Amino acid sequence: MDSFNNLLEGFATALTPTHLALAALGVLLGTAIGVLPGIGPAMAVALLLPVTYGLEPTGAFIMFAGIYYGGMFGGSTTSILLNTPGESAAVVAAIDGNPMARKGRGSQALAAAAIGHFVGGVIGTTLLVLLAPTVAGFAVDIGAPDFFAIMVLAFIAVTSVLGASRVRGFASLLIGLAIGLVGLDEMTGQQRLTFGSLHLADGIDVVVVAVALFAVGESLWVAAHLRRKPAEAIPVGRAFLGREDLRRSWKPWLRGPLIGFPFGAIPAGGAEIPTFLSYVAEKRLSRHRDEFGKGAIEGVAGPEATASASAAGTLVSMLTLGLPTTAVAAVMLAAFQQYGIQPGPLLFERESALVWGLIASLFIGLCLLLVLNLPLAPVWAKLLRIPRPYLYAGILFFASVGAYAVNADVFDLLVMFVIGVLGFVMRRYGLPVLPAIIGVILGPAAEQQMRRALQLSDGSLTGLFNTPFALVVYGIVVVLVSWPLIRRLIARPTPPAEAASPEPERPKVDA
Amino acid sequence: MHKAVNAVDKPLSRAWLRERSELGVSAVLVGLGVLVLVDAIRIHTDFAQRGPVGPRAVPVVVGVGLIVVAALLARDVLRGGRGEAEGGEDVDLAAPADWRTVLLLCGAFLANAALIGVVGFPISGAVLFWGAAYALGSRNPVRDPLLAAGLSVVTFVLFNNLLGVPLPGGPLVGTF
Repeated sequence: MDSFNNLLEGFATALTPTHLALAALGVLLGTAIGVLPGIGPAMAVALLLPVTYGLEPTGAFIMFAGIYYGGMFGGSTTSILLNTPGESAAVVAAIDGNPMARKGRGSQALAAAAIGHFVGGVIGTTLLVLLAPTVAGFAVDIGAPDFFAIMVLAFIAVTSVLGASRVRGFASLLIGLAIGLVGLDEMTGQQRLTFGSLHLADGIDVVVVAVALFAVGESLWVAAHLRRKPAEAIPVGRAFLGREDLRRSWKPWLRGPLIGFPFGAIPAGGAEIPTFLSYVAEKRLSRHRDEFGKGAIEGVAGPEATASASAAGTLVSMLTLGLPTTAVAAVMLAAFQQYGIQPGPLLFERESALVWGLIASLFIGLCLLLVLNLPLAPVWAKLLRIPRPYLYAGILFFASVGAYAVNADVFDLLVMFVIGVLGFVMRRYGLPVLPAIIGVILGPAAEQQMRRALQLSDGSLTGLFNTPFALVVYGIVVVLVSWPLIRRLIARPTPPAEAASPEPERPKVDA
Repeated sequence: MHKAVNAVDKPLSRAWLRERSELGVSAVLVGLGVLVLVDAIRIHTDFAQRGPVGPRAVPVVVGVGLIVVAALLARDVLRGGRGEAEGGEDVDLAAPADWRTVLLLCGAFLANAALIGVVGFPISGAVLFWGAAYALGSRNPVRDPLLAAGLSVVTFVLFNNLLGVPLPGGPLVGTF
């Protein structure tokens, strides 16, 4: 019942006019960004990090969370109407959503997706309310070795679970860690990789790195291969569902969150894997199996509910352990660092008002999103027609504003340019961006925790392994590292029919 | 993604290298690794060290890691492995890279960096937006500059006056 009282207090925080306005702004921006090609929620939050200089933390996180949830809603609109996902969580929505739209059932597909997101979000956020305090309470005693183990897990997970190539994932992670080294060593004050420059002595601000990798790198990369004629969106009316559609959708809506929430909470790449699993599950359970791939509404309803629930799961790990499992969570973690707040088990004690205000605002945001997306879907779809030169010029423009605002220093713009070019090269050669950003954000913290743990153990390496929690986490790390072997042993029972479904080539992690 | 590698080209010929341009990534990683290592060795650890692990340890691990990963990547590329270029809604990977657009875009970005201290953000930001839109193929002689100027001024007022994040106004707004 303690959670319930906290949640009520959270609603009191979230229902103040300022916070309500910020939640509304967040979901509006999030939906727009989800719909817009080229911008994902992670890039959006990165571009908005400078507001942390002007807003108090509760308001800022209410807005960021609104963007995250809104991006989920908006992303499926792009998938359904354009057959190219607006962001990685919505890849699966294109498989059946787009055929539905082409058959003139776009309204039903949009409604199934929007209600699916709402149901998934509500169930996921409820689970967050029920579980997060328990997880935080369980983890409240964890010390330096445990934190270090969690961060190692984050490093290994983003490089091993995601992406086609582990070598390239590790290359990206190490680049991020190297960038994170720049500046004064926190424990001794020694300069590292500063080359005597005063500009570099404070380190490279994480806002500059995040915006450079996500926004500048993406703009340059798109510029090199800009599609001269953007794909045409299928025109669509107001979103609604008939009785038959409703009868076929409600079970997938309820099943999806059960898959999405746990996957969101573990470092397995956010929504990509669970949405695909949900799709496969719905296909197996459906009586209309032959319709899958040609416009089965279950194939939209299930995965979309899964996607939103996974966003809630992501927040559990981020808030209770400080473990970012997706790019958005990583950037939000950077925002916490900007405020000097350490997410982790103590967050629920020290920043109770912030956390519960944030959680309550998620429920409010979901209601707003349902209202925004059901009747207004055709309006959002118009965003797909934005001229691409303006879109990418605007991204570069706001990236520059954000980087400059950090220190009012032109030097930051030049650093951002260099890292942006790096982001371009990484996209060209298939180095994933997420490991680099996790390396920059978690690298310095991981080093501090490791050195603190070794200080306590007087230099003995056992100091890193002397808690049960750390051992469990390292056990998971070992499983992840040996995953290719394990997968070879259990991958047999997948039916080959899946390969025939018209699935978009590869989930694109859109920043 | 493993593509068939043209076995006819002689090693280190121009076509051979172009097919394996990803080796350049390895080179960058080695360079970065050496840089990190050299810098780490330079750190004085004899004083100010607290605890058994000094400020050198992690840079050494990262530097060595970079060099090892560079070697593994080079091995993968020589065996025919290729990094998969990232796709996207607006990305047409079938078209060859358009370097003119990229360079113009870089120019617009750097113009802002060069001008912001001299003429102030409202002007340099407009130059950035207009230049970037031009680079990306927008050629509307009226709408482009108007949009650029409007966006720039609104952003300036929003950040400088409402959010309290100072941006340089330049000579135009200097008197306010």
